Amino acid sequence: MIDAVGNPQSVLLLGGTSEIGLAIVEAFATDRPMRVILAARPSERLDAAKVRVEKLGCAVETIDFDARAVDTHADVVRKAFAAGDVDVAVVAFGLLGDAEKAWTDVDAAVELATVNYTAAVSVGVALAERLREQSHGAIVALSSVAGERPRRSNFVYGSTKAGLDAFYTGLTEALRPYDVGVTVVRPGFVHTRMTEGMKPAPLSTTPEAVAAAAVDAVRNRREQVWVPAPLRGVMSVLRHLPRPVFRRLPV
Amino acid sequence: MWPPDPQPPNLGADVLRRSSGSYRRAPTVGAASSERVRSNHDRDKGGSGGRVTSFAMSSTPTSSASLHGWGRTAPTLAHVTVPRSQADVAAAVRAAGHRGVIARGLGRSYGDPAQNAGGLVLDMTGLARPPAIDADTGVAVVDGGVSLDTLMRAALPLGWWVPVLPGTRQVTIGGAIGADVHGKNHHTKGSFGNHVLSMDLVTADGGVRTLTPDGPEAELFWATVGGMGLTGVIVSATVQLHRTESAYFVVDTDRTRDLDELLTLLTDGSDDTYGYSAAWFDTTTTDAKLGRAVLTRGSLATRDQLPLKLRNDPLKFEAPQLLTFPDVFPNGLANPATLRAFSHLWYHKAPRRQRGAIQNITAFYQVLDLFGDWNRVYGSRGFLQYQFLLPFGEEPALRRIAERIAASRHSSGLNVLKRFGAGNQAPLSFPQPGWTVTVDFPVAAGLHRFCDELDELVLGAGGRLYLAKESRTTGATFKRGYPRFEEWRKVRDEADPDGVFVSDMARRLELTGR
Repeated sequence: MIDAVGNPQSVLLLGGTSEIGLAIVEAFATDRPMRVILAARPSERLDAAKVRVEKLGCAVETIDFDARAVDTHADVVRKAFAAGDVDVAVVAFGLLGDAEKAWTDVDAAVELATVNYTAAVSVGVALAERLREQSHGAIVALSSVAGERPRRSNFVYGSTKAGLDAFYTGLTEALRPYDVGVTVVRPGFVHTRMTEGMKPAPLSTTPEAVAAAAVDAVRNRREQVWVPAPLRGVMSVLRHLPRPVFRRLPV
Repeated sequence: MWPPDPQPPNLGADVLRRSSGSYRRAPTVGAASSERVRSNHDRDKGGSGGRVTSFAMSSTPTSSASLHGWGRTAPTLAHVTVPRSQADVAAAVRAAGHRGVIARGLGRSYGDPAQNAGGLVLDMTGLARPPAIDADTGVAVVDGGVSLDTLMRAALPLGWWVPVLPGTRQVTIGGAIGADVHGKNHHTKGSFGNHVLSMDLVTADGGVRTLTPDGPEAELFWATVGGMGLTGVIVSATVQLHRTESAYFVVDTDRTRDLDELLTLLTDGSDDTYGYSAAWFDTTTTDAKLGRAVLTRGSLATRDQLPLKLRNDPLKFEAPQLLTFPDVFPNGLANPATLRAFSHLWYHKAPRRQRGAIQNITAFYQVLDLFGDWNRVYGSRGFLQYQFLLPFGEEPALRRIAERIAASRHSSGLNVLKRFGAGNQAPLSFPQPGWTVTVDFPVAAGLHRFCDELDELVLGAGGRLYLAKESRTTGATFKRGYPRFEEWRKVRDEADPDGVFVSDMARRLELTGR
């Protein structure tokens, strides 16, 4: 159960090696240790993640999860809930890919769309079913400001995040009557392994800052957060700029 | 999957607001007759398996409702049914799905003991026939859903008084036993369970057991007292009332400069000369004014003590509800500045020293019962009440906690300190000899860490937390304060081996189950 001041007892991380996802788990766990389920493909990185979270006093379980294998998702989610209620489910998996390849190579484009959008929808449906049944809990979905207005520089990634964002925004409403909260987190440029070597955009941020915002949102039952917070205003302006102007911006 | 209705519950237009129970109710979806019925035998104990959840409600309709406690935090959705008879209760318990069942009274517990996410909740206010009171002996037979207010109104004209009254009369008999509530007279009369002669409990198998404090099933009786509804459903109880000549109190008031002066007054022997005693104290002042307090103590007045104009009708019960607060208060209205101002006024409006004032029950005892839904003042984010107990001898810890609250960003206006008397034999009963302190915090950023710090101070000093107020601690911290927890657990598990009775609180604090 999530208690009166927002402490969860269990967290499921889909994308168990995601830097932002793990930062969210750590942000919860430093306040209070809990039961953690890391769902990812078996790897050394997953083992390392398990050790990292266990050091915070958490009981950690790992589950084999492949975002590409959409038909296995219902089973993965069922396993995740087998040992008891899941209070917070974090949908943190995703690919960035090569932006130019993504719109010129059909395999690259489909892979990006499958992992970032189709798989996110697939686990979303499975999570929603479980959370409706237990009638409490929260989902955190990692979206991106890239989904708010597509840019020439990474519009395939942006389009997948736009789809994810729309799905989880709708899910927020669909699950509200069941006392299940859904938070859509829209970070800007985050310094992670995924963005290593790229030129950071203005208002860039860190996994820890995204995690702090996500945890705060769950505690306060907020449904939409930008990281850093001023991006909300910035994106609101950018969304409304005429295309000829937007096109010329160095973003 | 549920609700069986294909449409999600519409919590907009069809919302039914109940001022007493503080929950919103979705439209009735009727008996889940189209769903597959699960018997007790195939109840899945292992959490949420891959099966369809369903409920077999034999006679009473079920609706979906979002439930929360008096603190208005952590709401969850449950199936709610209103049993009208013991048979209804038994049928509902037998048909509970794999997420179990819990009884709910008037929703005055602050946290989550009377809610059950995804499971079944029995709204016991439907089981409330008028109390049967023997005018000669003062023995009252009362249904589990009857409120103490109703019982008091029935008993007073006969010259009988409800022996234990908490800060509100809007609690049910079942709730009063389940939380083993206490009042300002704990040091003289103990807690509610001390006055229960017997009770009828519907247990997990759907049967009814009549329990007495020293009969063959005394263990289950005392596990039910303070057991937060996790041993079964209290459908009725026999309570011994006390004689009274009037419904008024003779009250003495003392204002103290600080906490030390208050503790001195409470330990100089004078406290035992009053039937009732409790102090309000200030948690917004520091140093020389740390914990300055208003101590009010009194006893039920005899007819001769009343002024002439009250003597004609000494048992008149004056308990109007002046107003009900609408749900319009913004978050942050109860903030450090307003709470400091409130505390200042509350302190200074009290007389420095007053003897022999005649006061009615709302003036002396249950001021907040003058207002309906006063919890709305804290806004939509709600508030939490933090009540703890420190054994005698831990006064330095009490002072440290008061200092810690005064120095923090979290302010509380309604603070109560009371000296407890002896405890009873119920393993989970809260009162023990010592000091109990209650503070109210509006939910605000950082409150979770602050309460964890307070836990350390309380538990470190050998103290404990009160389940009727609890909404945010850990199972381990709670159990640390109750060394007899495993003893309770064993009796509970024997009465309910399959874990039929469960609540959000039970899941959160791991009181039942694996």
